[in-house]
This record gives sequence, structure tokens and C-alpha cells, in this order.
Amino acid sequence: MSDASLHSNVYANEPQLSDYFALLKPRVMTLVVFTAFIGLVAAPGSLHPVEAFAAILFIAIGGGASGALNMWWDSDIDAVMKRTAKRPIPAGKVEPQEALYLGLFLSVMSVTMLTLATNWVAGGMLAFTIFFYAVIYSMWLKRSTPQNIVIGGAAGAFPPVIGWAAVTGAMPLEAWAMFTLIFMWTPPHFWALALFMKSDYDDAGVPMLTVTHGRKSTRNHILVYTVLLAILAVGAAFTGIGGPIYLVVALVLNGLFLAGAVRIWARAEETAIGDDYTTEKKFFRLSLWYLFLHFGAIGVEAFIGGWATWL
Amino acid sequence: MALKVEHEIHERRRGRNHGVALILVSFVALILALTVVKVTGGDFELPSYQQSGSAGQ
Repeated sequence: MSDASLHSNVYANEPQLSDYFALLKPRVMTLVVFTAFIGLVAAPGSLHPVEAFAAILFIAIGGGASGALNMWWDSDIDAVMKRTAKRPIPAGKVEPQEALYLGLFLSVMSVTMLTLATNWVAGGMLAFTIFFYAVIYSMWLKRSTPQNIVIGGAAGAFPPVIGWAAVTGAMPLEAWAMFTLIFMWTPPHFWALALFMKSDYDDAGVPMLTVTHGRKSTRNHILVYTVLLAILAVGAAFTGIGGPIYLVVALVLNGLFLAGAVRIWARAEETAIGDDYTTEKKFFRLSLWYLFLHFGAIGVEAFIGGWATWL
Repeated sequence: MALKVEHEIHERRRGRNHGVALILVSFVALILALTVVKVTGGDFELPSYQQSGSAGQ
């Protein structure tokens, strides 16, 4: 290899700003931004628009920081899995240490700034969320228990609680109702994904439920979690974040979600392979709308005043 | 011949450097806006005993 071609290879792999941005898991950040925003508008009281913008931004950056720390720690298994092989570290764009330093810097910065912009409860909760996702989930439980998705789901469920705390400085039951919604939604969402991305987790040796307990057991788990989720999601309609519009949305969506979970539960693996996991893929797509519309309805209720407007 | 030849690395990293500059300027603008909101919103008002100049009396 000549010097010139060696240099051109080095430069072709030179990281761009977009590669560092990709370390922050922008798709996860959109969920964080959306749910934190809903937590913020659903909370009683108000923030100045600049404070609200800053709060959402720093919650998003905190979420991104935990994503960078996760990519640093998991770069070995990311390289093995098809879905994650193009991430900046396994693709050779960014050095693992760069991801670590970026994650640590953004963690400290986002927690400090959120505390200054709003209050220490929100800042403390963001710090705990980053710790929970990076240390408890990524470093400890992801590779050691098939319940990794259940526990990891908690990290993704904190943003609306932080959004609520940013406004009120407190974390009452209503905030935790939103937490529960995401927490219970995450397992069926990811287990459906694991069913049709089947070889990925096997190859990486991640103890996904599909690997450790088999696919039939995963289908059973999806059904049980969906039933519990439906009860909690409809029940939330009668708390401070609910209202008639939320109730209608929850009844329709949970009916559809339950029907999907029953179909997944009733299917034999051979049938699923035969139609390339059509039912599982449909359930996964529905799960994205499920969360978006539930939180959208909570946002609408916050604007129109919930049950108080009607009763 | 130009007195100062731009190094090739500046050319190559121009996009990234401009991006970082934009992020830093935006951050400064946000801090300024937050400061104005906090100060005018009364978050940093002095306690009344200090405002009246009777501290320590």
C-alpha cells in the first residue's frame, strides 16, 4: 500500500460531526424529547418558554450522553449485531475513548445545566437516569439477565418524570403513571423486535429472552406484559393526567394491542417463519404508534383540562 | 507565494469546525437567554433584609 492510499483510507474514516451525533442515539432522543415535553406540559404550573426549551434540551442531551456511554461499553457486541454494526465505533469512525469522554462530558454538563435552569430534583433525576442506563443496565444487567429489557425499559421511562419535576420540583403519582406506561410498554415492544431480528442477539451472546427461554416463552411474556400494560394504560385515564379523550384513545389502542399480542401468542414458530414474521412486525409498528398516541392524548388533556372540563 | 499556507487539515475539518462553532455560539446564546429570564423573573432577588440595607442590625 502506498503512502497516498494509506492516507486516503485514514481520511475516509475521519469522523464527521454527524458521527459524534450518531453516538447520542438520535432516534432514542426523539422519544426522550417527546415524552419529557409531555411530562412538562402535563405538570401543573408553568415554566418560561426559554426555561422549558432549556429543560427539554438538557434532558435530551443527558439521554444522548447515556447513549454514548452505552455505545462505548457495548462496542464489542454492536460489531457483531447486524442492526448495530454501522454505529460509529464498530464502523471505525470514532474511537471508543472518544465516545467515553463525550458521554462523561455531556452527562456532567446536562445535569449541571438542567439543575441551574430548573431545579435540583429534575437535575438529580437526570443524573440517576444516566447512571441507571449506563451502569445498572448497560454494564451490569444487559449481559447477565434475560430480564434486561424490563430493567432497561425503566431508563427510557424516566424522561416524563424529569419533565414533570422540571416544572414542579416534585414527582407525584401522575408522573409515575407516565413512567409506568413506558416501563410496561418496553418489554413487548422489544421482545417483538427480538422475535423477528432473531439471529442478532444470538450472535452477540446477549441473554435475550428469545435466547435463554425460547421463542414460545417470549410469546407468552409478550401477552402477559401487554395485559398488564392495558390495565395500567386504561387505568391512567382516571388519574390527573387522564380525561375522556385519553380514555377513548387508550381503549382503542389497547384493544388493538391486546389483539396483536394474542395473535403473537397463538402463533407457532413455523407459521411465523413461513410469513416472515408479518404479525410480529405489525405488532412492533403498532407499538410505536401506541406510545406516541397515548402521550399525545395526555398532552391534549393537559391543554383542554382533562375531566374537570367535562364534569 | 502566500505568507501563510493553510494546512490541509483545516480544509478537511472545515465542516466539523464550523459545526462545533455553531454549537458553542448557540450554547452561549442559550445561557444568555436563561440568565435574562432568571434575573428578570425574580429568581435571584436579594432577600428583603439585604434589600433594605439592614443586614446585621
